[in-house]
Amino acid sequence: MLSLAIIQSALELGCIYSLVAMALFLSFRVLNIADMTTDGAFTMGCAVSATAAVAGHPFLGLVLAILAGACAGFITALLQTRLGVPSILAGIVTNTGLYTVNLAIMGFSSNVPMLKTTTIFTIAQDLMGENAPYKLIVSAAITLVVCVLLILFLGTRLGLSIRATGDNPDMVRASSINTAFTVTVGLCVANAMTCLSGAVLAQYQRSADINLGTGMVVIGLASLIIGETLFAHGGLWVKAVAAIGGSVIYRFIIALALRINVPSECMKLLSAVIVGLAIAAPTIKKNVAFAQRRRAARKQGGGSRA
Amino acid sequence: MLELKNVGKTFNPGTVNEKVALSGVNLHLNPGDFATIVGSNGAGKSTLFNAIAGSFVPDTGSIVLDGEDITFQPDYRRSKTIGRMFQDPLRGTAPNMTIEENLALAYLRASKKTSPFSRITRADREQFAQRLSQLGLGLEDRMKQPVGLLSGGQRQALTLLMATLVTPKLLLLDEHTAALDPATADKVLELTKSIVAENHITCLMITHNMHDALTLGNRTLMMDSGRIVLDIAGPEREGLTVDDLLQRFAKNAGHALSDDRVLLSKTEE
Repeated sequence: MLSLAIIQSALELGCIYSLVAMALFLSFRVLNIADMTTDGAFTMGCAVSATAAVAGHPFLGLVLAILAGACAGFITALLQTRLGVPSILAGIVTNTGLYTVNLAIMGFSSNVPMLKTTTIFTIAQDLMGENAPYKLIVSAAITLVVCVLLILFLGTRLGLSIRATGDNPDMVRASSINTAFTVTVGLCVANAMTCLSGAVLAQYQRSADINLGTGMVVIGLASLIIGETLFAHGGLWVKAVAAIGGSVIYRFIIALALRINVPSECMKLLSAVIVGLAIAAPTIKKNVAFAQRRRAARKQGGGSRA
Repeated sequence: MLELKNVGKTFNPGTVNEKVALSGVNLHLNPGDFATIVGSNGAGKSTLFNAIAGSFVPDTGSIVLDGEDITFQPDYRRSKTIGRMFQDPLRGTAPNMTIEENLALAYLRASKKTSPFSRITRADREQFAQRLSQLGLGLEDRMKQPVGLLSGGQRQALTLLMATLVTPKLLLLDEHTAALDPATADKVLELTKSIVAENHITCLMITHNMHDALTLGNRTLMMDSGRIVLDIAGPEREGLTVDDLLQRFAKNAGHALSDDRVLLSKTEE
């Protein structure tokens, strides 16, 4: 049903987008913050990387994207830790502002075509030859490196403090850790990863568009939750790898949907439904169990009810 | 060691909910002092701890710890030298992190020199295991398990170890055994006594148990309406009965102590 080419591109895209899933793992799961900066940060990664690649610096583009993402995360963190803006609103405010910033990065144009531009992928193609699965190798390598770095980071003292901040802020303050600082570092790292994801994608598909990041937070969450559902519980390693797995599976779902002629315009709705259902699942389960229990009790009690 | 001068705090000033939580509290603790605090609900015991730990800045007065004025220091800085335990065992530990990781976090307080990117070393692990074995709960064999799996008593014992892993200048215990069953409470209290005595920690302990208030430590404080109304130490404290204490309280506070939990504890013994 799926051709090898489709499987390969699903794997490639899955790897690239898994950086967003891992970023949300850090902000949404570890820090317990729904970070709405994600959409804008992703687009910013596209914009920075495309602009730099067009100027002849594909690698510098990735580095700049990481820095730009960290800045975006810093602003969201500043709003919520120092200025008392509720965390969801802080992300939305930054996200809105980023729209203009992203346009500016792309020279006030809504897209950057890069058909003949040298990208990290064309460089890999030159190195490995035409027939090697160079796109898969590059995207998988980037994902792997980021994943390993993230897990190592979460094992350091700073990483432990960030994890504890999401787990029990009271206890963190009592351990002489400044929660404002740990939240800031966490959001900077998460958005740097999101931005890197956008940066790799822009070079992968050889174009950047101002709307590429729209709905990215939902897509990332869908991937994260698919991964968590399938790979259930485990240590940090399992959780991070589950995010990658979930992202790849999500891309397979999309590829399948496209294959059976679901219009590509419907994909965002599909993602929204997946996320909505996945997050609601525990509550739905509980309500169903309650209804069953009540029905059983009524049947048993029969007419004895007053 | 600890010097509170005229510390006052009023919540919701100028509104119908205005509440004077602390009014002109003066307290001097000598190094190694272990003082118990009793008083009815709303007497200002926990508020006093909040002021010392830095949960809020007092409206008036100053707080000096070991020669350093900490009145305006943020709470996370103070916790470098002040250990604190709450009644709720859930407050002191991170449930989704392992025992080892929780201990590593507590250990952070001493680590001025180590980099934020350092990891838990084998030496750290050995030290944690050795300290855990002192609790006598077998936790040293469960260091890779999440703390959420532990019982309330085990979590509270772990919190006690975390609060004293790096010897604090001051230890604040806010009814830390009140939520535990009697046998576990006794065990945690025994651990508290031995750890405090072993490390010569200056300690303040809130309790509703009048018997504990008189037998633990070397000093008893009683609070009422945001003031310390009774401060007994030394020979004066020896041989004092719970009834004597209640009488002294009534004389100083102008009314009898009316807290069911405190009064019930009288008959428990």
